[in-house]
Amino acid sequence: MTSQGDRPVEHPAARQPQPLWEVFVRSRRGLSHTHVGSLHAPDSHMALRNARDLFTRRQEGVSIWVVAAADVVASSPDEKDAFFDPAGDKPYRHPTFYDVPEGLTHL
Amino acid sequence: MESMLEQQFQATVDADGRIEPRDWMPEGYRRTLVRQIAQHAHSEIIGMQPEGNWITRAPSLRRKTILVAKVQDEAGHGLYLYGAAETLGVDREELLDLLHQGRQKYSTIFNYPTTSWADVAAIGWLVDGAAIMNQVPLTRCSYGPYARAMVRVCKEESFHQRQGFEAMTVLARGTDVQRRMAQDALDRWWWPALMMFGPSDTDSPNSARSMAWGVKRFSNDELRQRFVDATVPQAEYLGLTVPDPDLRLEGGHHVSGEIDWSEFTTVMGGNGPCNRERLAARVAAHDEGGWVRDAAQAYAAKRAGRAVPAAA
Repeated sequence: MTSQGDRPVEHPAARQPQPLWEVFVRSRRGLSHTHVGSLHAPDSHMALRNARDLFTRRQEGVSIWVVAAADVVASSPDEKDAFFDPAGDKPYRHPTFYDVPEGLTHL
Repeated sequence: MESMLEQQFQATVDADGRIEPRDWMPEGYRRTLVRQIAQHAHSEIIGMQPEGNWITRAPSLRRKTILVAKVQDEAGHGLYLYGAAETLGVDREELLDLLHQGRQKYSTIFNYPTTSWADVAAIGWLVDGAAIMNQVPLTRCSYGPYARAMVRVCKEESFHQRQGFEAMTVLARGTDVQRRMAQDALDRWWWPALMMFGPSDTDSPNSARSMAWGVKRFSNDELRQRFVDATVPQAEYLGLTVPDPDLRLEGGHHVSGEIDWSEFTTVMGGNGPCNRERLAARVAAHDEGGWVRDAAQAYAAKRAGRAVPAAA
């Protein structure tokens, strides 16, 4: 360390921006992890600890995942229509497409 | 093309749908949200100071643990909100710089001093009470990440208000000195709390646009009225007097007297009792915390250096 004065020497230029992490919490066993928000941390290890402090201060979770936001691959909202179009004309995939005769059950 | 996108956007908002980060949105909507969410985040972290001043002087271990938890929550709320703002394409560092340079504001309420323990109680009861009135409608804000952050914030805020009211109850039912402390705190915090809802509707030029965008659901005066209606009976329960000689019951509502907007303008303009102190404390905390960020980065680098041979 080169700092000798009362105040620590600032190294803002050397300081890299901390990457962004997406945080997913399993609120209790039997449920999936759900996205709860994001945070900054220098690495995955500290992201996990920060996530614990930020998102589970009241026992909101039994398990946490953190994923580097840069690693998330997402569909584009601009292509939403075209991308999801193939499912648009297939109502027969839903049970409500079919008529059930009145009085019959277990169908 | 732009107008078609804008129509689609407005149709989504009008149908009470949500706008998500990568959706097309008008530039004004993005700018308004960045400013509002950032100022909201700044308020949360500056808001740690007035109460933080009392952590070492809390009257009992019970009150101290509660206060530490509350102040920690405020830091958390700030982080949820910076996270929401970042989904709009800004950096947290950038927003903090704007705060530190005085180019983005925070709520005027945090520029008032906390001169007695009763102020900590009054802040929980009144300031967090007013914040809840403002924030509950924001859980239905048209911008998804902001609305979701607000859901988390509101859940936690309810503890803040209750602990404040409980602490106030203890004082109001205590000795004469304690009762005087409680009344004094109400006297000083009542009007600044009413100002938290922002300028009167007649003097709030951007409100109409924020309403059309589904960012704002109720007008400043509507929310302020709800707060007054909710809080006056609570003050009566405590046996305290709301410092407003013109307060009257009219058509089922508690109608307050005229707010001194010149005070609001003064505090907003940087000349409240604690503006300089709050900002200086924030900048100092950021600068003096630099070594923590450096240490975290060094630790990450060291771990990364170790991970490579282990994986090889």
